[in-house]
Amino acid sequence: MQISAPVREPLVTDGKTIKDVTQDISVRVESKPTPLWMLALAISLALLGIGTYAVFRTLWDGIGMWGNNKTIGWAWDITNFVWWVGIGHAGTLISAVLLLFRQKWRTSINRAAEAMTIFAVICALQFPVLHMGRPWLGAYWALPFPNTFGSLWVNFNSPLLWDVFAISTYFSVSLVFWYIGLIPDFATIRNRATGPIAKAVYGALSLGWDGAAKTWQRYETVSLILAGLATPLVLSVHTIVSFDFATSVIPGWHTTIFPPYFVAGAIFSGFAMVLTLMIITRKVYGLESYITITHIELMNIIIMVTGSIVGVAYITELFVAWYSGVEYEQYAFLNRATGPYWWAYATMMTCNVISPQMFWFKGLRTNIAFTFVLSIVVNIGMWFERFVIIVTSLHRDYIPSSWAMFSPTLYDLGVYMFTFGLFFTLFFLFAKFFPVINMAEVKSVLKSSSATEQIKR
Amino acid sequence: MKDNQKRYWKGLEQLSNDPEFVKNSEKEFPDYLPINSNSGEGGGPSRRDFLKMMGFGIAAASLAACEAPVRKAIPYLNKPVDVDPSIPNYYASTYASEGNYCSIVVKTREGRPIKIEGNRFSTITEGGTGPQVEASVLSLYDSARLRQPKVKGEDADWASLDREVLNGLRGARNLKIVSNTILSPSTKAVINEFTSRFGGEHIVYDSYSSYALIEAHRENFGQPAVPSYRFNRANVIVSFGADFLGNWLSTVEINKQYSKTRKLGPEKKTMSRHYQFESVLSMTGSNADYRSPIRPSQEGAAIAALYQLVSGGNGGAIAQEIPYLQKAAKDLLANRGQSLVVSGSNDIAVQRIVNAINSTLGNYGTTIDINQPAYYRQGNDRRMAQFVSDVQAGNVGAVVFLDCNPVYDYAGGLALGQALEGNKVKVKISMSDRMDETAALCDYVAPGHHYLESWNDYEPKQNMFSLAQPAIRPIFQTRQVEESLLSWSGAAETNYFNYLQNRWRTDLFGQQQEITDFQQFWDTVLYTGVFVPGRPLNLEPNMDQLENTAQTVDQTGAAPVFTGNTNGDIRQVQQTYKTDPEQVELVIYSKVGIGSGKQANNPWLQEMPDPVTKVTWENYMTISMAMAKEFGLEMNEGKSAMVNLTVGDTTMEVPVVIQPGQANGTVGVSLGYGRWVAGKVADNRGFNAYPFIRIVDGVCQYNVISGVKVENANKAYRIARTQTHETFMGRQTVIQDSTLAEYQENAKAGRFEPVIATADGPKDPETLSLWDGHLYPNHHWGMVIDMNSCTGCSACVVACHIENNVPVVGKDEVLNRREMHWLRIDRYYSSNAEVGDYAGLEEASENPEVTFQPMLCQHCNNAPCETVCPVVATTHSSEGVNQMTYNRCIGTRYCANNCPYKVRRFNWFKYHDNKDFADTNTQMNDDLGKMVLNPDVTVRARGVMEKCSFCVQRIQGGKLQAKREGRRPVDGEIITACASSCPTDAIVFGDMNDNDSRVVKLLKAEANGRAYKVLKEIGTRPNVFYLTKIRNKDSEEEVTA
Repeated sequence: MQISAPVREPLVTDGKTIKDVTQDISVRVESKPTPLWMLALAISLALLGIGTYAVFRTLWDGIGMWGNNKTIGWAWDITNFVWWVGIGHAGTLISAVLLLFRQKWRTSINRAAEAMTIFAVICALQFPVLHMGRPWLGAYWALPFPNTFGSLWVNFNSPLLWDVFAISTYFSVSLVFWYIGLIPDFATIRNRATGPIAKAVYGALSLGWDGAAKTWQRYETVSLILAGLATPLVLSVHTIVSFDFATSVIPGWHTTIFPPYFVAGAIFSGFAMVLTLMIITRKVYGLESYITITHIELMNIIIMVTGSIVGVAYITELFVAWYSGVEYEQYAFLNRATGPYWWAYATMMTCNVISPQMFWFKGLRTNIAFTFVLSIVVNIGMWFERFVIIVTSLHRDYIPSSWAMFSPTLYDLGVYMFTFGLFFTLFFLFAKFFPVINMAEVKSVLKSSSATEQIKR
Repeated sequence: MKDNQKRYWKGLEQLSNDPEFVKNSEKEFPDYLPINSNSGEGGGPSRRDFLKMMGFGIAAASLAACEAPVRKAIPYLNKPVDVDPSIPNYYASTYASEGNYCSIVVKTREGRPIKIEGNRFSTITEGGTGPQVEASVLSLYDSARLRQPKVKGEDADWASLDREVLNGLRGARNLKIVSNTILSPSTKAVINEFTSRFGGEHIVYDSYSSYALIEAHRENFGQPAVPSYRFNRANVIVSFGADFLGNWLSTVEINKQYSKTRKLGPEKKTMSRHYQFESVLSMTGSNADYRSPIRPSQEGAAIAALYQLVSGGNGGAIAQEIPYLQKAAKDLLANRGQSLVVSGSNDIAVQRIVNAINSTLGNYGTTIDINQPAYYRQGNDRRMAQFVSDVQAGNVGAVVFLDCNPVYDYAGGLALGQALEGNKVKVKISMSDRMDETAALCDYVAPGHHYLESWNDYEPKQNMFSLAQPAIRPIFQTRQVEESLLSWSGAAETNYFNYLQNRWRTDLFGQQQEITDFQQFWDTVLYTGVFVPGRPLNLEPNMDQLENTAQTVDQTGAAPVFTGNTNGDIRQVQQTYKTDPEQVELVIYSKVGIGSGKQANNPWLQEMPDPVTKVTWENYMTISMAMAKEFGLEMNEGKSAMVNLTVGDTTMEVPVVIQPGQANGTVGVSLGYGRWVAGKVADNRGFNAYPFIRIVDGVCQYNVISGVKVENANKAYRIARTQTHETFMGRQTVIQDSTLAEYQENAKAGRFEPVIATADGPKDPETLSLWDGHLYPNHHWGMVIDMNSCTGCSACVVACHIENNVPVVGKDEVLNRREMHWLRIDRYYSSNAEVGDYAGLEEASENPEVTFQPMLCQHCNNAPCETVCPVVATTHSSEGVNQMTYNRCIGTRYCANNCPYKVRRFNWFKYHDNKDFADTNTQMNDDLGKMVLNPDVTVRARGVMEKCSFCVQRIQGGKLQAKREGRRPVDGEIITACASSCPTDAIVFGDMNDNDSRVVKLLKAEANGRAYKVLKEIGTRPNVFYLTKIRNKDSEEEVTA
């Protein structure tokens, strides 16, 4: 039994009862789609449609549709990939790590955060496939499968292969974890369902959940096990993504600081994305009682802390470049800050290092409008961080004759839009048809941490 | 049941039960059924056969119903005796175009010429080639070539063309036959027959004329020809605007000679000193030890001053004003008879002074041989100018353009074109092999063969002959120009091959005593491709002997007598040229790749970057850094600007390239671009600079010193360069160079030897590795590139392109930085900034030192690309070659990112059979062009990575040949395309496991000398070594801006 101090801010406000929880969350699934939702979905689908054209042209004509060149082999493709994977970190961190640390406040945000994680990873997965010259082969040749091609095997030395394993593992564990958490809530919706289709669909989705004590016990156990499995994955995914760069010989990539730096950056951007989405959902669905200002503040603190870690990492990089005495390393960092891409570096520094420091002020970190703006700023900054690492390191490496500039094409933009369309389409479908807050778990904290209970005491 | 007494029978046979019946009844089937032959032994078809037939029938019927793609592979019905599929044949031949000469070997596969190699039997070109020579094989398969004769723009047959032409010629008064320089004595004989038959005159012009050089030698020495230069004997070379390595007279030959003076090693620690006084930074100027940018108007005065300096005077004010002029004079005087002064000027008075200088220095008879004249340029500007005015006046009745295009490539071409268009000439005949600007204005086009389809002989220098033989049957209904002329002249022998042989039988056969049978003599000469009377007819390419004979050939005669009035010339020159610092001066030059523009429709040459500016696909105006600043012009990456260039009354809007090393107050434009009837590749690329050439007193002047105006057009323009960063940023692991003075003291001068700090103290990067290394039990291929010999000529770039089926991508894709060159030549300028001043290091100095560095896959023994490929598509071979498996590649481009040398190239698009590239990558997009593809090399698919393979197909071919003959491959037998094309022998390729190979010998000699590995400290352990660049500068001299 968890004892909460009365001084602690309540996690659920406005005297919500268990029935209210069921009602508030389920009604969104049961009611007819609102025009606002329809509009949002239509915009997402439009984005997806335009993006699909860009993807089609890329697949049909070749990577030449993008702005990449002989010097800059990776640009927006891998920038977007790392960016989306980074965003996909918050969900698992919230659901797994915070579960292990018994952070009850996670209950009202973990569902949406995990959904976001999964969708972000789906978006991220588009790029390793699309960026290949021959994705129709690469999509399966990169897997170590038994074959009759003359027993061709993959190269276990290659960090790209490690990526394949890291991301696919992360994706499958996250998906299972998310789905397991959804089962009790699906059962609730099934029980309330009136239409035959809803009954059948939610019935199937809830996998025969019966709400028995034994079932609940198994549910808790599985959640714990999965949380234990998922926790190292939170660290491993971005660590391995960072190996793509860290194991290379390119100045600006060849850096041992990358794994912790990338993980901190990923949590940083992931939380920012969760905030962006939750602030909107909360407003539109009227979930202010569940996602309170306390939640927002706690997440802002995490953003501030990880933002500071990232800032320290940036400065460490500069220091190490100077301290190493390696001419190329020094030039790479000087070129980042003062070369032709100085504006990207400046954007990154401003968005990622300076802006999160605003959250030292309680007034700002409890201000929803400010938080919303900053959450977007952080993700802009994190996109530029990856752009800076990838493009500005490559564009001027060892041999000056090959130095080049990168300029994106409409198709670079289009493919990026494609993933946005995909992400929001999935997210809006989720928000309509799935319970956006984990009812079962929120109910579990009502007794201990809701405003009603605290008043009663 | 009891036995039934009743008997039933089937027939009387059973009843009678005769033995025959009994025998038959024991068999299950009657005899006449084909059952007994089931085993198939009986010879007839069996049941199984029936099933087989049925199966085949069904399969065949259903297959026949499928639409099979039409493939145009036609097998030999009767295999030619000497053509074996997949075995190349080599034929010695000769490239001679517009007086540019190269003795070649043509590689053919299944009867198709696919590659040009240098001919090592030639004592002129000695196995070297140049970019235009290499690329000429694609011109054979150019779809812009004419397929049959044309009469008044309509397709016609030869009979009707001949009829009409003869009718026209018979009635014509004042016939002119116009050509570029012709090196072939037999062709000249044919032209003589033709002109004597119709009473005409032969006019010779050159698109880049050396008339003044010829004329000056006529006046001074009574020999109206270009002399034979022997750069290899010169210790001091002084050039005034002559781009002798790039476009002057005989570039392959001169590159070869020049490079011999630039070789260094433990045994030879001296090299020539090269001074260049010029306006535009040329490829030759890039190689100079001392380069002094001068205005064109100063050139004459500078030469005059040099004359005064070498003949004991003080040279006057100009000698003080122009840097290095006095120093050059001092060096020349110290090397009398071992020096050479050349000038690119087309002013006769200036060339006379140059002759006087060389004569004063005693260079005639040693480094210059006028007793053995060369025929590289024979154009007579004055007669050409007269011809144009005759045409304009309507005094010419008939004109035959013999494979030349004066409407485009002559200064007065536009006027000539107007006259032709205005029907000032009654009978207009072009013998061009394609529709060009001149042919388009002619009534009759009698297309000649490509040179690879033709027989011919050549005499590039007096008494040095070579033969050209066809390497393929004529592809189209063309007719060799000589044959056309012979048939029009009504000669007894119209078969040019017979004509040629007859001439050789009577003229040349007797000039040797070794072989008594003419056919044997002919075959021998055909085999080696060259014939020099007095030189043994060897069939073994014995290089030692070749060099010996080269020495004998080098015996120049006694010094000829110089007659001239040099002081008068000096006065004349000083009057002609007045330098006005306010006036912009224009230099018109021609490029190494495109040259006059004759081969402009050749995409390999269009995509070949200019060695100095690195611009592809077009020409531009070069402008000095100071002037650019003055005009507010900037050049950043591909972004440039347009200016309005006015010369006299011609104004053109042209793009700008800011050129370090360009003399202030001057601008430069190159010829060869802006063609309008050339073919889909060349049409409307760049601008036509021929109209800028001034004709003064009938002589073409390539420098315009007055009436030039430049205005900023305030218009942005994108210019496609393969290299946009000019300097090497002081990176000593990339470029290592020194001066000769330092090198003579220390062979390791200029070497940078990085060490890695470890716990055990500083260590050589080669001693540290994470990897176990590779074993090379059999071969270990390696390459040494001498940066001191490399002149940047780019023959290797084009040779690599051809050998390896590298796609051409076109201007837009070069702008996108996606050119596919496996081998590139990096060109770096020096900077005046201090090491550490990164912003300053990006700026080249005003008059930079230039270093060329051929860069290709380094075939690292610890290759960064190999470890990162997720599907092991790039691997290390047991012979040290880093190899690409195209069909395994999935195109992640990780290898390219991780390549420190940035030599990997990605197929961003499908470059073959793609209409988007049909106008640029012609050798992969039309049936004709595809004939040039090397069948030994895959045409890569979209989405895969490619890069230099060390010409693995040549390695395998060589190994196979040796294996068949039961021996080890001999050094020099296996050689990459780049090394084989190099006219300066800067690239040496071979087996590092073979202790006798040239590579090993060179590396042993240079191990404690000039040999270094680029980016050694990363630990990639390349198999490509570079030798430091050494400049012949005095040690006390600092780099001057």
